[in-house]
Amino acid sequence: MTLLYILAFVLLCIALNQLFQVFELSRDLRGEKLYKTTDSDNKFNGRAMLLFMFLFFGFFIWQVDKYSHRVLPKSASEHGNLIDGLMDANYVLVVAVFFVVNAFLFFFAWRYHGTKDRRAEYIVHNNKLEMIWTIVPAVALAFIIIFGLKYWNEIMKRNVDANPIKIELYAKQFDWTARYPGADNEFGIDSYMQIDGSNPVGLDTTDKRCKDDILVKNEFHIPVGREVVFQFRSRDIIHSAFMPHFRAQMNCVPGQITSFRFKPIVTTAEMRKDAHVIRNINEINEIRTKRGEDPIEFDYLLLCNKICGASHYNMQMKIVVESEKDYNAWIAKQKTFKTVASK
Amino acid sequence: MEHTHAAAIEGHNLHDHAHAHDHGDHHETFVSKYVFSQDHKVISRQFLITAVIMAVIAMVMSIIFRLQLAWPGEKFAFIETLMGRKWGKDGILDPNAYLALVTIHGTIMVFFVLTGGLSGTFSNLLIPYQIGARDMASGFLNMLSYWFFFLSSTIMLGSLFIEDGPASSGWTIYPPLSALPEAIPGSKLGMTLWLMSMSLFVVSSLLGSLNYIVTIVNLRTKGMKMTRLPLTIWAFLITAILGVLSFPVLFSAVLLLIFDRSMGTSFYLSDIYIGGKPMEQVGGSPILFEHLFWFLGHPEVYIVLLPALGITSEIIATNSRKPIFGYRAMIGSMLAIGFLSFIVWGHHMFMTGMNPFLGSVFVFTTLLIAIPSAVKAFNYITTLWKGNIQYTPAMLFSIGLVSSFITGGVTGIILADSTLDITIHDTYFVVAHFHIVMGLSAIFGMFAGVYHWFPKMFLRMMNKKLGYLHFWMTFLGAYGVFFPMHFLGMSGVPRRYYTNSNFPLFDNLMDINQFVTMCAIFAALAQVVFLINFFYSMFRGEKPSENPWKSNTLEWTNPVAHIHGNWPGALPEVHRWPYDYSKPGHTEDFVPQTVPLAHDEHDGGEH
Repeated sequence: MTLLYILAFVLLCIALNQLFQVFELSRDLRGEKLYKTTDSDNKFNGRAMLLFMFLFFGFFIWQVDKYSHRVLPKSASEHGNLIDGLMDANYVLVVAVFFVVNAFLFFFAWRYHGTKDRRAEYIVHNNKLEMIWTIVPAVALAFIIIFGLKYWNEIMKRNVDANPIKIELYAKQFDWTARYPGADNEFGIDSYMQIDGSNPVGLDTTDKRCKDDILVKNEFHIPVGREVVFQFRSRDIIHSAFMPHFRAQMNCVPGQITSFRFKPIVTTAEMRKDAHVIRNINEINEIRTKRGEDPIEFDYLLLCNKICGASHYNMQMKIVVESEKDYNAWIAKQKTFKTVASK
Repeated sequence: MEHTHAAAIEGHNLHDHAHAHDHGDHHETFVSKYVFSQDHKVISRQFLITAVIMAVIAMVMSIIFRLQLAWPGEKFAFIETLMGRKWGKDGILDPNAYLALVTIHGTIMVFFVLTGGLSGTFSNLLIPYQIGARDMASGFLNMLSYWFFFLSSTIMLGSLFIEDGPASSGWTIYPPLSALPEAIPGSKLGMTLWLMSMSLFVVSSLLGSLNYIVTIVNLRTKGMKMTRLPLTIWAFLITAILGVLSFPVLFSAVLLLIFDRSMGTSFYLSDIYIGGKPMEQVGGSPILFEHLFWFLGHPEVYIVLLPALGITSEIIATNSRKPIFGYRAMIGSMLAIGFLSFIVWGHHMFMTGMNPFLGSVFVFTTLLIAIPSAVKAFNYITTLWKGNIQYTPAMLFSIGLVSSFITGGVTGIILADSTLDITIHDTYFVVAHFHIVMGLSAIFGMFAGVYHWFPKMFLRMMNKKLGYLHFWMTFLGAYGVFFPMHFLGMSGVPRRYYTNSNFPLFDNLMDINQFVTMCAIFAALAQVVFLINFFYSMFRGEKPSENPWKSNTLEWTNPVAHIHGNWPGALPEVHRWPYDYSKPGHTEDFVPQTVPLAHDEHDGGEH
């Protein structure tokens, strides 16, 4: 069988070789230079450029129509609205530039396709034009920079709220642990030397402030309308805490504490009633039913967003945003570090 | 062989024909002519063919991981055949193998194809040809540059065949992931080989770049003022300077990582508990690595992009039959881009916990790059305006580059803004952005260069019709691959995820992933068309005339042959800038650089 394949392959090669020789012979006999572009080549490719432009723009619009309801829902955090507003403004600008500049490119590519009887114009440069297209982008960029930095400074400001909720997110391959400071509202000190089975985040057992710290896995809760200040640590390698619905992200770097803060403004329950979210969840559930899986409900997620190994894609934690009352009831039920460690 | 060097230097000032005849009686063995050759034309072909092989490997890798992303859990028998039972059991890709593929795909494409391949091929081919030199300043160093590149490529490919697999912590190899063999199998021997390979790559790049700079500065022929250089040469010069200044920093980053991995130092390590025990190494910072890496990494983007921009400047002017619009502005904007590229690296690190004020500075410098970039795009478009466009395959790819440079460039404005980066950092939005603006633009530039200068490299022509087919399939396929990724990113999908459907949040995005993968397969088929055309034409393509594109630059003034020393007689003398296309007062629509200026004629480059 293998022999047959080899034979067929060899025969095919010989046949192709013959075919090419005929082609080359006729090419050389006619003496024309096939590589030279003819008017019909130019016409064809010029038209193809214009056609491509319409296809390309059509493709863009088709995607916006088909995919834009799948993008992240409205921001669940206060600063996220600032980001979304700025993002929309930027999109308007860059989409406009995308359309206009590409249109010029493809239009000229079609309009000035070459013909034998025409000659190009000898245009070397034009100071006025060049000034315009240096200054206009510069002014537009100035606006982008000014607004970008204004919001950046607001978002990155520390200690806005005198009495925020404090949470530490602790990353390791491949899960998250959330730590609350407990009744004293202070995190105890920690040391990676003290990590063991019953002390997964390395709390210093001699530090009194650690005793009432609360460690939770799989999901953590935050109250709506309260400022939450996160600090991030990592046990092993760089991870990144990504909370897309809250427009929040920060790397978790071993040997270093990083931080980010936001104020959640939409509870999980409210978000589940959002039209955008309902549409997406219905779509997801349709797919799941087809595959014979149980339907799901919307949840906020904390994802890992820095490559961290084999299960990077599955390193996540559920976030629940609820009323302060529900939050207090939930946190009261959680075990403190002391009760965990003494077990 | 050593007189290549002498002849080249001699040729600069003396235009004597004395040494013309001693090129003839030159005895070369097969090894000295084709293997350890010091001739820039041979070295350029060596770089190109190595790069083509590397590109095919990296492309096949991308198809494998795209299949996994589109149809996770589906069995593709050929994956087991290709990857072996350990990495592709039952035709399903292993998660570690996925990360390894992503890592090596990135490494090969960025360094071996678009840095080594692009600069290596075209700087070598075009610098002596276009400045009118007999060869590079040092043929010997040039030869070493290729063989270090070859060795580096061999080690990188060799790492694919070891037991624990190749490096797999992403092409940016951030420690501690890349430093700790306990964290990921790719950080065992695979990472050691990666670091060795890249160290050799840096050596290759430096030898090449220094040679390019020296050659351009010293060996220009009579009359070839800096303001008469083709934009290709300007681009190669600036690229080489960027390489010389930034690659050593990558080397130091790599060296410190080797120390951390093998000698117990802790430049990048601190407070780590892994493999069931705390590590002894304390006091380092992984962020230091990121600073060092991106100090190379960002200029690297322009090391990849500038040669492509230079190549297309030349091709667009030639085939529009018009001078490049704003020659001086083009040089100025390349210089500005080159300078700014050194002070923007922090925009890769907004989310590392870096001081937000420092972030602000990088926002400012990064967005400034948009200005020279915009100038370049507008100048290309204006060059087409009122032209008489000849659609060679090279011209198609050049226009493709301008389009991808615009389309990918505008999303850079969003990513450069630290505020907006919070939500899209490390998502597919980034993947879409850099593949379009850097990947597509640079590879389009490379294709354009191959089609345009194929007759100089192989003394044959590529088939035009297959070139058209290649371009249109690639152009359609490539946008089909990368455009929808913006929407994945806006939906919050992180990059480097083995599957997006392990938890339900992204389940409804599967059809986007499938669409992307189908486009990727389509675009890959287009490359088969290219490969057939490339290898077929190399041996059996048409014979070209001396100046097939009616171009002005010096490489088209010598006969269709590979002459040792490039020109049979004296070196050509240059009298004008290279962009006198369709100049009034001349019968032909091109005026080669060797044609003396008429009595009352102005040189176009003097503006």
